[in-house]
Amino acid sequence: MDRVRLATVWFGGCSGCHMSFLDLDEFLIELAARVDLVYSPVVDMKEYPEKVDVCLIEGAICNQDNLDLLHKVRARTKVLVSFGDCAVTANVPAIRNQLGAGNTENVLQRAYIDNAQNNPCLPKCEGIVPALLPRVMPVHEVVRVEYFLPGCPPPASNIKALVGALLSGATPKLEGMQLKFG
Amino acid sequence: MAAKTLTINGLQISAEEGATILQAADEANVKIPTLCHLDGVYDVGACRLCLVEVAGVPKLLPACTTKVVEGMEVKTDTERLRKYRRMTLELLLAERNHVCAVCVANGHCELQAFAWSLGIDHVRYDYCFPKWSVDNTHRLFGMDHNRCILCTRCVRVCWHIEGAGTKNVSGRGGHARIISDLNQPWGEADSCTSCGKCVQACPTGALFHKGSTVAEMERDRSKLEFIVTAREKKQWIASD
Ligand code: SF4
Ligand code: SF4
Ligand code: SF4
Ligand code: FES
Repeated sequence: MDRVRLATVWFGGCSGCHMSFLDLDEFLIELAARVDLVYSPVVDMKEYPEKVDVCLIEGAICNQDNLDLLHKVRARTKVLVSFGDCAVTANVPAIRNQLGAGNTENVLQRAYIDNAQNNPCLPKCEGIVPALLPRVMPVHEVVRVEYFLPGCPPPASNIKALVGALLSGATPKLEGMQLKFG
Repeated sequence: MAAKTLTINGLQISAEEGATILQAADEANVKIPTLCHLDGVYDVGACRLCLVEVAGVPKLLPACTTKVVEGMEVKTDTERLRKYRRMTLELLLAERNHVCAVCVANGHCELQAFAWSLGIDHVRYDYCFPKWSVDNTHRLFGMDHNRCILCTRCVRVCWHIEGAGTKNVSGRGGHARIISDLNQPWGEADSCTSCGKCVQACPTGALFHKGSTVAEMERDRSKLEFIVTAREKKQWIASD
């Protein structure tokens, strides 16, 4: 059987979902024998490749870079998995949406001016620091998503259940407590 | 009282005249999901989670406020009902700000538990992200409007079990919210006896004991059951 081309991306999230992925322990060894990890924060690959089979997406869509990469990921990947609550519900990163119009200015002001001990100034660097989107969004609000893996973070056992099913060509079916938010 | 015979999911049962479909189902050990219903206080049909199908009636009826009728044929678990229950829960999750990961009720919340038990893996509607506040003025308790689903359990226990009448609903539609006394900060509501019944009754993380942090807000419903049993059966028995 051909090796599955697996990718993981990290948008607006705390990396906890990726940490939970690493908690797969010995299943990682099994996984390594069956997949090529073609793009991920844990491998050094600058450009998201073509013809990816499965991509696990951690994080909400918060800034222009997230948005651009997500569209690229969708176009180049067969199966997208919203991986963790930030991807599924927008979760904590979306709390700023409650501030309504102007929330981006508000949060930047709060973080970089009001609470700055030294050198208060707004990070601005065209082409390097991506602009915040006016509204933080869950992944499926932007592109079609095939599977959802809620949890903050999703326990490794649920990641194993979902990824294991995908690798064996079955339709993943999470149910009951496996779907718990938070 | 006259008995009524009816069927629930094809099962022949009898129920007392005046009983609701929910009570009849409960007697017959048929579980219907409910959020606004709370044993011991009257029902208001606020959450629509308990909708059932009744043969010959085109619309869906709330089991908690619909009385049994002779010969009624009730269905509680059809594909149509499952679809509407999922919709109802998704709309509740989208309406206010439910950030389970940082909620006091995480792991002990009835809304959250229905979401996973009814197979909700994501919310198909756009989240509203409204701006709501937290009232932390009460000495013992807090109210987080972000998590409130307007089930009015707190209002009903406050009026009809405690008899204080502190809690109320003000406003309409999306602007409706739970208030204390004349829309005052809870801590300034003189009628509140600080009994904590509303906190015990709340199905979500909206009402909590001060000092609870993420996932710490567990409730002890047995305290409410104790009072209800005492009132209805004149028996003073603790449930444990
Ligand atoms: S009230 Fe329940 S559903 Fe809402 S955030 Fe808290 S745990 Fe989640
Ligand atoms: S603590 Fe008791 S009296 Fe005060 S609002 Fe809650 S139920 Fe009413
Ligand atoms: S505060 Fe709790 S009990 Fe009261 S209406 Fe809101 S969710 Fe229901
Ligand atoms: S339990 Fe019947 S409408 Fe809420």
